[in-house]
Amino acid sequence: MTAPLLALTGLHCSRGGVPVLEDVSLTLHPGEAVVVRGPNGSGKTTLLRTVAGLQPVTRGAMARDGDSIAYVPHANGVKGTLSVAENLAFWAGLHGVDGVDAALDALALGAARNRRAQTLSAGQKRRLALARLLVTGRPLWLLDEPTDSLDEASVRLFADLVRTHLASGGAALIASHVDPGLDARVLDIAALKPTGPDARFADEAFL
Amino acid sequence: MIRLVLRDLRLAVRAGGGFGLALAFFLIACVLVPFSVGPESGRLASIAPGMLWVGALLACLLSLDRIFATDFEDGSLELLATAPLPLEALALSKSAAHWLTTGLPLSLAAPVLALLLNLPSAAYGSLVLSLLIGTPALSMIGTFGASLTVGLKRGGLLLSLLVLPLYVPTLIFGSEAVSRAAAGQGIATPLLLLALITLGSLAVLPFACAVALRGNLR
Repeated sequence: MTAPLLALTGLHCSRGGVPVLEDVSLTLHPGEAVVVRGPNGSGKTTLLRTVAGLQPVTRGAMARDGDSIAYVPHANGVKGTLSVAENLAFWAGLHGVDGVDAALDALALGAARNRRAQTLSAGQKRRLALARLLVTGRPLWLLDEPTDSLDEASVRLFADLVRTHLASGGAALIASHVDPGLDARVLDIAALKPTGPDARFADEAFL
Repeated sequence: MIRLVLRDLRLAVRAGGGFGLALAFFLIACVLVPFSVGPESGRLASIAPGMLWVGALLACLLSLDRIFATDFEDGSLELLATAPLPLEALALSKSAAHWLTTGLPLSLAAPVLALLLNLPSAAYGSLVLSLLIGTPALSMIGTFGASLTVGLKRGGLLLSLLVLPLYVPTLIFGSEAVSRAAAGQGIATPLLLLALITLGSLAVLPFACAVALRGNLR
């Protein structure tokens, strides 16, 4: 078996100094996807941010290559005054990857390529944020509610995208309430609430 | 890094008046001075070096809080933090973009405004030179302040308070160089000290910015 892209053992993470999750263990091999489930405020975003390296690990161990990560947060990171293609070309250039046109076509944004991103609908902006994944060239996708404001056809498009990515040796960690129809393992983090003395503040501190 | 600078420049131009804001402020400040202190040319000439430098400094300060704020609000900053670009390089690129949209146009426009303030013509060269040497320090120190206050609502006030004391040495040596030139004295010493501040902040502050950004992204 190949080396895992991500290995979490007994990971504790906190947000704003308040413990949010305890004892998360997860191994993600190439070709695998895991859907993180849990009610609002249960720590899905915190888990993804910790894996992305935006927050420190409070306890436990995390093994992954920091340069293998492509993160799509809640916010799309789309610049309204740049065109769709310019937005994507910037990220492609930063990651040293070609294929802006292919990425736009993969998310059915080809027709909108020269439009200013501020004129896009919420779903189109989300698709643009997802298209960014394709121009990072990175194997480990961390997706925070990727299907937010996507219509059914786009959700299918997204599912195909993830399947292609997995088939080419990538992996994905997806926080989602919606089942995008992927053959993925489910990690339910609702049971991993911290039990320590500070735990009761966890919900308030999440936002 | 170049790509990030180019993107920021393009954003500044597209947003309308990226270059204009600081310039307009500088213009207004310098135009108002003769009205407030009177048109007497001797008096104007004696305060011109100081006024020009104060005007340029305040114009720089004006756009500091936008350095990271827009990227923070739309989520780009998190994406940049996970991109292959180290945060130190990010901070350096951001301050370079800030300088290109404020410091550089201010330096080039300064002689025109110096005319309004009746600065002796012998000092024009050293005015541009001192601004060109000094304003990169203003942008770099400002970027440091912006990375400390990123994510704070209404962080602009705190940012100004943090940054202004750090701007004082640049202001002192910058206006000193112009005054000396106006009085026909040598300007090598203040310009060297100005260059020292700029090079020192360019060498040290990107690392401080990166630490501050990492803390604020948590």
